[in-house]
Amino acid sequence: MIVEIGHYALALALGVSIIQALVPFWGIVRQDRALASVGSSAALIAFALVALSFAALVTSYVRSDFSVGNVVANSHSAQPLIYRFTSVWGNHEGSMLLWVLILTLFGALVALSRNSVPPRLRAGALAAQGLVAVAFLAFTLFTSNPFERLSPAPAEGQDLNPILQDLGLAIHPPLLYIGYVGFSITYAFAVAALIDGRIDAMWARAVRPWTLLAWTFLTLGIAMGSYWAYYELGWGGWWFWDPVENASFMPWIAGTALIHSTVVMEKRDALKVWTILLAILTFSLSLLGTFIVRSGVLTSVHSFATDPARGVFILLILVFFVGGSLALFAWRAPLLRQGGLFAPVSRESALVVNNIFLATACATVFIGTLYPLVLELLTGAKISVGAPFYNATFIPVMVPLLLILPLGQSLAWKRGDLLGAAQRNAAAFGLAVLAALALIAFTRGGPVLAPLGIALGVFLVLAAGFDLAERIIARASGWHAMFSRAKGLPRSAWGTALAHAGIGLSIIGIAAQAWSTEAISVLKPGERLTSGRYTIVLEGVTPRTGPNFRAEVARFQLFSGDREMAPLEGSKRIYTARNMPTTEAGIRTDGLSQAYVSLGEAQDGGVAVRLYDKPLILLIWIGSLVMAAGGVLSLTDRRFRLAAPKRAAPAAAAPQPAE
Amino acid sequence: MRRLFLAFGLMLLAAGGAQAVQPDEVLPNTALEQRARAISGELRCLVCQNQSIDDSDAPLARDLRILVRERLVAGDNDKAVVDFVVARYGDFVLLRPPFNAQTLLLWLAPFLVLLLALFFVWTRARGRSASNAGPQPLSPEERERLATLLGPDEKS
Repeated sequence: MIVEIGHYALALALGVSIIQALVPFWGIVRQDRALASVGSSAALIAFALVALSFAALVTSYVRSDFSVGNVVANSHSAQPLIYRFTSVWGNHEGSMLLWVLILTLFGALVALSRNSVPPRLRAGALAAQGLVAVAFLAFTLFTSNPFERLSPAPAEGQDLNPILQDLGLAIHPPLLYIGYVGFSITYAFAVAALIDGRIDAMWARAVRPWTLLAWTFLTLGIAMGSYWAYYELGWGGWWFWDPVENASFMPWIAGTALIHSTVVMEKRDALKVWTILLAILTFSLSLLGTFIVRSGVLTSVHSFATDPARGVFILLILVFFVGGSLALFAWRAPLLRQGGLFAPVSRESALVVNNIFLATACATVFIGTLYPLVLELLTGAKISVGAPFYNATFIPVMVPLLLILPLGQSLAWKRGDLLGAAQRNAAAFGLAVLAALALIAFTRGGPVLAPLGIALGVFLVLAAGFDLAERIIARASGWHAMFSRAKGLPRSAWGTALAHAGIGLSIIGIAAQAWSTEAISVLKPGERLTSGRYTIVLEGVTPRTGPNFRAEVARFQLFSGDREMAPLEGSKRIYTARNMPTTEAGIRTDGLSQAYVSLGEAQDGGVAVRLYDKPLILLIWIGSLVMAAGGVLSLTDRRFRLAAPKRAAPAAAAPQPAE
Repeated sequence: MRRLFLAFGLMLLAAGGAQAVQPDEVLPNTALEQRARAISGELRCLVCQNQSIDDSDAPLARDLRILVRERLVAGDNDKAVVDFVVARYGDFVLLRPPFNAQTLLLWLAPFLVLLLALFFVWTRARGRSASNAGPQPLSPEERERLATLLGPDEKS
C-alpha cells in the first residue's frame, strides 16, 4: 500500500508541476498577479508530494519489502540499517527520485524566499523550474519507475553493490545532487530574466545566494567523492579524469565562473549578457552530466543504441532545455542593455580574465570528454582521452589563471593600479619563490615541477592571508581597533579569502603527491615492507565475519621511521549475496600525510601487500573544505541576510500596485 | 572514483579488490620498473572504462603489463615499447591520443577557445568604449520600493 501511495504521489507531483510550469507563465503574459503567484503554492505542493513519494521508497527499503523490484535488485535484509537506507539512491531509479526530490526542494525554497526575490522574477523562475521538474518527473515515472512490484515476491534481495556499501554513499550523491540541481535555480532565474527582457543588479543579488549554495555543495560533493574513491578503491588514486568525474567537474568550473561574473554584475551592473549565458550553460552542463551518467552512452555508443529508451529521453530533455534556453537567449539578449563601464586595469577586467580562463578550462574538459564519442559516431575511429591528455591541456590553462588571481583580488573596482596590486602581492610572491628554492635544494634530483606547484599553492594561501591582514591592519591602531575592523569586514571578503586559500591548499596537496612512494611485496607474518617514511610488519591474517560479508583481515604494526604508531588493519571482503570481493584499505593519518595499505591475493604462503606513503595528501580535501567554508561565509554575508526582514514590513503595510 | 561512479551511475559491476601491479610482475631492476610504470600509466586497459593498465586488475591489463616489461628487458626504448603495443591494438590503447588529422581539433581546442575568447572580449571592449551606455534607470515602482526599503537608517 505504501508503495502505491508513493507511486501515486509521484504521478500527482507531475500534474502539480505542469501547473507550476504553465499557470505562472500565463500569469506573466496576461499580467495577472494572482495567476502568476500560483507557482509558489504549486512548488510547495510538488515538493511535499515528491517527499512523500521518496519517504515511501525509503520505507520499503528500510523494511526490506521484496515485493518491490527495485528493492530486490539493490538491497538485502542482512544489510545494516544505514545501507538499507542509502541503497535507496544506490541505483538508477532511486537516484533519479533523489534528483527530483532535490529539484522540487529548490523550487519550494524559491517559493518560500518571498522577500528577497522580486515577485515577477520569482513567478518566471518558478515556471521555468517547474518545466524542468515536469521533464524529470516524467522521465522517472515513464522510464525509471522505482515503484514497480514483483509477483511472486522473492524471499531475499540481491544486495547492494558492495563497493557502494559505505558511508560515502550516504554523503556523496546527496551533496553532488544538491550542487548539480541547485544550478537549475540560477538557470530558471536566467530564463525568467530573458522572458522579462530586463536585468539588473537586483537580479544578480537574487541569484547569487543560489549560485553560492549550489557551488558550495558541488565542491563538497566532488571532494567527498574523490576521498571516497581514494580510500575505497584501494590503489590510492583520488582523481582519474574519468568522463563521469568530468560530468560533475564541468558544472563546477562553469559555476565558479558564474560566481565571479555575478559579483561584477551585482556590484557594477556589467557583464550582464554574459552572466545570463553562463547561468544557462552551467545548468546545461549539469544536464549533460546527467545524460552522460544516466544514458549509458559512455560504455559505448552501441550499448546506448541497444537500450535507447532512457538515453533518448534524457537526450530530448537536454536538447529541449539547452536548445530552448539558448534560442530564447539569442532572441532576447539583444534587449538587455549593458552598463557599468570599467578601465582595462580594474577588478572587473580581472574577473573577465578569470571567466575567459575558466571558460577555456571548462571547454577543454568538455571537448576531451565528448571528442571520442563524436569521433566514433562520425568516423568509426576509436581513440582514448585519458589523464595524460588533461594533464597536458587543463593544467597549462589553470596555472596562469591562478598566478594572476592574487593580482585581481587586490585591484580596485572601476580603475585599478596594477603596480600597486603587484606590490601588495610582492611579499607573498617572494616567500613562495623562497619556498620553491628551498624545496628544490632540499629534494635535489627529485621531481622538477612539483616544487613549483607547491610554490603556487603557497603563493595563493599567503596572498589571501596578506590581503585580509592588510585590510584589517590598515589605518587601525592597536589590537582593539584591528579586532573591530576584522569584525567589520564583510563576510564575503572572508569568504573570498578562504576560498582562494582553499585552492592554494589543495594545490599544495596535489603537488606533494609527486613525492608519494609505493612498495609492493608478498609478506609472511613477521616480514616487513618499507615505503617512504613508513614501515609495516605483518602480524597475521585472521578471518572475520560481518553482517553480510566474510573478511580476511591482515594486521600490521606501523612505524614512521623508528617511532611506532597505532597498528593498522587492511582487509579483503567477500560479500556473500553477490559473491563479490572488495578491498578495505588500511589508512593511518599522520599529521597531514597518510600511510596507506592495501591487500592483494594470498600467494606463496603470504599475502600480496602494497604500502604507500602519501605526503600531505589530506590537504587536497582540506583545501576543498576550506573552499566550501568560504562559500558558506559568503552566503551568510550581511546583504543576503538582511534582505528579508527589511523588506517584509513595508511590503505588508503598503500593498504594491499591480504591474 | 571511476568505479564508484560507474557502479553508482551505470550499474556496471566492476569487481572490487584493486590490485594492479602484482608482486611477481615487478622487475628487479628499479630503473626499468620505473619506466614500465610510467609507460603503463599511458596505456589504456582495453576492456575497462578509461583505466590505465597500471590501475587495472583485469587479466588483459596484466598481460599488457607483462608484455611491456618483457619488451623493456629485451632492450627496447620507451617509444619502441609503445609503438609495439599500438601496432597490436591501435591508437585506442593510448590514453594520450596521438596528434594527427583526427585529433587536430581535440589538441588545438583549448588554445582556439582561449584565443577566440580573448579576441571576442577585445573587440567588445573596443566597441564599448565608443558607445557609452550608462546603467539602466530604475522604473518608478522600483524607485518607490527602494525608498521604502532603504529607510532613513541605511543611507550610507
